[in-house]
Amino acid sequence: MKTSDLISETYSALITNKARSGLTILGIVIGIGSVIAMIAIGQGSQQSIQSNIQNLGSNLIMVQPGFQRGAGTQVSQGRGSAQTLTLEDADAIGTETTAQAVAPVVSGRYQVTAKGTNTNTSVSGVTADYPAVRNIEIESGVFITAQNLTSMARVAVLGPSVRDDLFGEDADPVGQTIRINKIEFKIVGVTVSKGGTGFSNQDDIIFVPMTTAQQFLAGNQRVNSINVQAYDEKSMSNLEQEITDLLMSRHNITDSDSADFSIMNQSDIVETASSVTNTFTMLLASVAAISLVVGGIGIMNMMLTNVTERTREIGLRKAIGAKKIEISRQFLAEAITLTFFGGIIGIIVGWLISIGMRIFGGIATSISLSSILLAFGVSAAIGIIFGYYPARRAANLNPIEALRYE
Amino acid sequence: MIECRNITKKYINGDNETVVLNGLSFTIKDGEFVAIIGPSGSGKSTLMHILGALDTPTTGQYFFDGQDVAKLSDDELADIRKNKIGFVFQSFNLLRRATVMRNVLLPFIYSGVKREDREKIARQALKNVGLDESHYYHLSNQLSGGQMQRVAIARALVNNPKLILADEPTGNLDTKTGEIVLGTFQELNEKQNHTIILITHEHDVAEHADRIIQIRDGLIVQDNKNGKKKIIKQ
Ligand SMILES: Nc1ncnc2c1ncn2[C@@H]1O[C@H](COP(=O)(O)OP(=O)(O)O)[C@@H](O)[C@H]1O
Ligand SMILES: [Mg+2]
Repeated sequence: MKTSDLISETYSALITNKARSGLTILGIVIGIGSVIAMIAIGQGSQQSIQSNIQNLGSNLIMVQPGFQRGAGTQVSQGRGSAQTLTLEDADAIGTETTAQAVAPVVSGRYQVTAKGTNTNTSVSGVTADYPAVRNIEIESGVFITAQNLTSMARVAVLGPSVRDDLFGEDADPVGQTIRINKIEFKIVGVTVSKGGTGFSNQDDIIFVPMTTAQQFLAGNQRVNSINVQAYDEKSMSNLEQEITDLLMSRHNITDSDSADFSIMNQSDIVETASSVTNTFTMLLASVAAISLVVGGIGIMNMMLTNVTERTREIGLRKAIGAKKIEISRQFLAEAITLTFFGGIIGIIVGWLISIGMRIFGGIATSISLSSILLAFGVSAAIGIIFGYYPARRAANLNPIEALRYE
Repeated sequence: MIECRNITKKYINGDNETVVLNGLSFTIKDGEFVAIIGPSGSGKSTLMHILGALDTPTTGQYFFDGQDVAKLSDDELADIRKNKIGFVFQSFNLLRRATVMRNVLLPFIYSGVKREDREKIARQALKNVGLDESHYYHLSNQLSGGQMQRVAIARALVNNPKLILADEPTGNLDTKTGEIVLGTFQELNEKQNHTIILITHEHDVAEHADRIIQIRDGLIVQDNKNGKKKIIKQ
């Protein structure tokens, strides 16, 4: 049997039954399309979370108050509930370890008002080193200076989301005043957007001098976190150890399990976030896989009906000299052709769905070549697996009984 | 070309054993036109399936062109059917939703004749069975019974088989159309020297052949030259 004959036989068989072929293809389209779309959502959110984390700064170690998770204890006190870190701790890390830069933060949420507008946002008391450590850039005006810290100046730098909320987009609020917790601050600068989306909007923030925040907002000398930057990635674990040792001796703690602070570095955060998004992706993919299997069963069902309906035709083909393999090849070719077209259309549909979700739903999506290849391989496999049994059944029909079939 | 030695065929369905053929022996030479006649249920179709290498006898030997068919594999049997045998069925067995041309071209899919030669051969076969050219691209389910049977005969002819096996080919046709079909067989036999085995339960039909083998209850009761052959003038 020539390949060209196989192709033209498959074509006429599928064309003869347009409606049924179309419905079968639709089943595969839905399966493959949802696999592509689901994986695109999963991978998209994974990438956006990871880039958010990278945006935090480079070679970053974060020290926060609270108990570290010791071996065997799964309970950790909420961060910030214990207020065990001080500005002196931060200064000590800066002078007594190999840190490149140290940026302590005092933070809290406050009601903020401007002329006629108000918002509730996070206010961070920071030092002049903060922009370097956390990759903050200034769009207009200046950032907090060391001078501001010594004089406890009531100046503020707005994140772009806060600027948008209080003054409107494109406005330049530098020089105007706002009230944070009813205390008047002069705006000296606006930062460049970091583009964080969803739950981690890094633009919805106001920076004020750390000393001012402690004096006028927090009312105590504690700090909520200390950002430490290492010189390079290699020195991070070493630096982590130095900080641990230093803080333990400063806080008179001997047992590391009862440390009153916790240390996290960026790769820890990336790892945690990845494992969450991986689970999420797997979940979406398995939902999609179920629809693929349903599509495959649709193929098998259609092919079995097909074999039954065409029993006499199969008998005739055998009578005119078709071999078993030629019969089974023909039915297999029909099944594979259906999944092939279903697969291609499904990939296009899944692609369009994920682009649509990105544009209209604001959901980060990412289509990778591997997910397309996966979908394609899976649809080919479905064609072969679910087409094989009907094809074999057709090939093994007894020609005489097939010819007598009513 | 064909030799049957003491052929039997039994069907076993559970505890039921049906003996359909009970020891048949005969030979048919190249170029003969033989009618096999017998009442309904006498095992004619069963015999035709064996002669056509679609089925094998329970006991006895069947030689086709000197080969013992029982010793051949499924694929070798398929090769014999493809190259040497053409079937014409009582119920035509056309692909109903395909054109006349596609039906006649069907055997080429398996015999692998060159694509450019196919249509020419098919047209010649359709011409030989006397189907008007205007029908070649009609769907086969739009034809009359006589036309369908001619398409089926054309389909049996395209691979130029030595043996044509026709199982009650006129059974679904009126007398006049039936005669035209029988005339076609006579012509194929005389002019192109095809061996033809015509299976029927009607004496009128059998009398178009040169030799008549009569079976009853799975046994040959008569095997004679037909002295009063009816010849259809084309
Ligand atoms: N596959 C089968 N299983 C059981 N009995 C069968 C089978 N095929 C045919 N028969 C029986 O064999 C007998 C002869 O059938 P058949 O060869 O079709 O006769 P004819 O063609 O002469 O009418 C019938 O009684 C029929 O019921
Ligand atoms: Mg019969």
